[in-house]
Amino acid sequence: MSTPQNDVSQSAFRAALLDGSSPVPDGLKDGAGNPAARRFDVYRNNVAVSLTEALETGFPVIAKLLGPDNFKHVAGVFLRQSPPSAPVMMHYGAGFPNFLRGFEPLKSLGYLGDVAELELALRRSYHAADSTALAPDALAQIAPERLPEVRLTLAPSVEVIPSAWPIYDLWAFNMIPGAPKPQARAQDTIVMRPEYDPAPHALPPGGARFLDALRRGMPLGAAAEEASANLGAEFDLGALLGLLLSHGALTDINHKEDLWTA
Amino acid sequence: MSKTVKTLAVAASVAAAVTAATTHTAAAMDKEKCYGVSLAGKNDCAAGPGTTCAGTSKVDYQGNAWTLVDAGTCAEIELPAMADGSMRKGSLEALDRDLPA
Amino acid sequence: MFDTAAQLPALPHAPGVGYKPQHFSEIMEDAAPVAWLEIHAENYMGMGGRPLAQLRHLDEEFPISVHGVGLSIGGEGPLDPEHLARLKHLVDWLKPTVFSEHLAWSTHDGSYFNDLLPLPYTAATLTRVCDHIDALQNTIGRQMMLENPSSYLAFAESTWSEPDFLREVTRRSGCALLLDVNNVFVSATNLDYDPKAYIAEYPLEKVGEIHLGGHDEDEDDHGKPLLIDSHGAAVVDPVWALLDHTLALSGPKPILIEWDNDVPDWPILAAEARRAAQALTKVPA
Repeated sequence: MSTPQNDVSQSAFRAALLDGSSPVPDGLKDGAGNPAARRFDVYRNNVAVSLTEALETGFPVIAKLLGPDNFKHVAGVFLRQSPPSAPVMMHYGAGFPNFLRGFEPLKSLGYLGDVAELELALRRSYHAADSTALAPDALAQIAPERLPEVRLTLAPSVEVIPSAWPIYDLWAFNMIPGAPKPQARAQDTIVMRPEYDPAPHALPPGGARFLDALRRGMPLGAAAEEASANLGAEFDLGALLGLLLSHGALTDINHKEDLWTA
Repeated sequence: MSKTVKTLAVAASVAAAVTAATTHTAAAMDKEKCYGVSLAGKNDCAAGPGTTCAGTSKVDYQGNAWTLVDAGTCAEIELPAMADGSMRKGSLEALDRDLPA
Repeated sequence: MFDTAAQLPALPHAPGVGYKPQHFSEIMEDAAPVAWLEIHAENYMGMGGRPLAQLRHLDEEFPISVHGVGLSIGGEGPLDPEHLARLKHLVDWLKPTVFSEHLAWSTHDGSYFNDLLPLPYTAATLTRVCDHIDALQNTIGRQMMLENPSSYLAFAESTWSEPDFLREVTRRSGCALLLDVNNVFVSATNLDYDPKAYIAEYPLEKVGEIHLGGHDEDEDDHGKPLLIDSHGAAVVDPVWALLDHTLALSGPKPILIEWDNDVPDWPILAAEARRAAQALTKVPA
């Protein structure tokens, strides 16, 4: 019989779902009318395990850095504080970097948040809109004296992650067999996606600042100048453009007729 | 640097980049080469793997009582924070001044 | 109520499989006996990249069924308008043969739990589910199929049997049904009823698609079997028998093999589909 005491609201269901120590709502039964007890754990399990696994597959480097048992605990805390806010799991974990930065027991590993940002960026890049890469020789067709004025468009799949930590080296150490142990240094990382497979690359000094300038619509010459400003090392524009062109990171040159020699 | 010198520098860089750049051939549609990124964040309508006991741990909401056990690769990596304990500045502002020795 | 044509959605009366990216090249080469594919809507809501590129190619070769797993049709709150818009975008772009979703809830107060959570079968749930189906059908401009859940427990407050509840939902909302035969077997075992009695009550004339999948076995607190809808193994013999029983009553239907966890190599999945094809040959058209 239905009585108000027996009714199980979705709020009550949810509260018991995420907290294994809270009692199972009274109105949930087995086939014979007995309390549901362990049957409710099927749902607890589905939610906690599926979200933990989603974080494990989404943040494989964080999982390796922490080790499987540590990661499961950290994921268990995070998923209860921040369950997905939308039913599209490809975006789950956007809040994980900031959670890691603020999680007291992990304070000694200051780089975790930035490494998690890199892992999120790889996922965003994988699902980003398609675009047609600029052919490398498209730049060669522009009159040399006009080159500083051209504006370059980055592909939607390009992601730049600036960091005060060696996050590319941390990523590589965990994902590429034989990669060297990271040394203490600041390192900016770019994710590019030629065709369908995103991959990270370490940026040379000034690279992140140059790409930020391009994003803001600055012409090539001014962007290069901004990247060089106050830079201890030399800003190697040629090397960076080569990296971008060979990984399909540029999609367009602004098409003012008078920029073209032909 | 004069404007001409800067223009020449940009042009030389572009020329070097164009020479160095190799266009990638089209990646096969089916061949996954991206470190498992494609596996991340799939929606399914199946029950989670495991049994009724796997997901019922009584996780402390704050989790701060827990301590990290040296079990992952982080134990092999020594990356100390700055000597004064402060966060290093974001590299966009200060790459030049902030490189650790 | 959404104005639906009298006829059911038109997948072929043949086996399909839940599409997994690791099977792409084998499917494109020779998918036999698989005649159609099902995708989970939420996995194709990115802006581009390999998932949508593969889908474009598959769509040229196969009828596609879009199976939503996250709309929370049974949710107490209103449907998420952003998610409705994402579904509309996908359906408008892909123009799939059919669209289906679940009799379940998964979102509450802005949080999504990545699981299909159970509903009490009451007048209040009926009204809510029908309103939400109406909103969905009006948004995507077509009829949907609603799938019966796997149950691990029951609600004391329920006043309808599940088949009666589903029949009433179809009557009020004009939706069709997706009958998951494994879910019937799982729920019947877990809640001590006869699966054939369930099928006898079920409005088979509204069924546009059948699902089959594997389940795991566990026990409840009293040592009674508790089956879990894991989609992580082959379909078991009693479920194939229940399929035969169902097809004998319903006539031929499109049959999907779902295998989402521990996904096997293509030949194993194709063998499951072949078994579904054999089941269909026993049914007079």
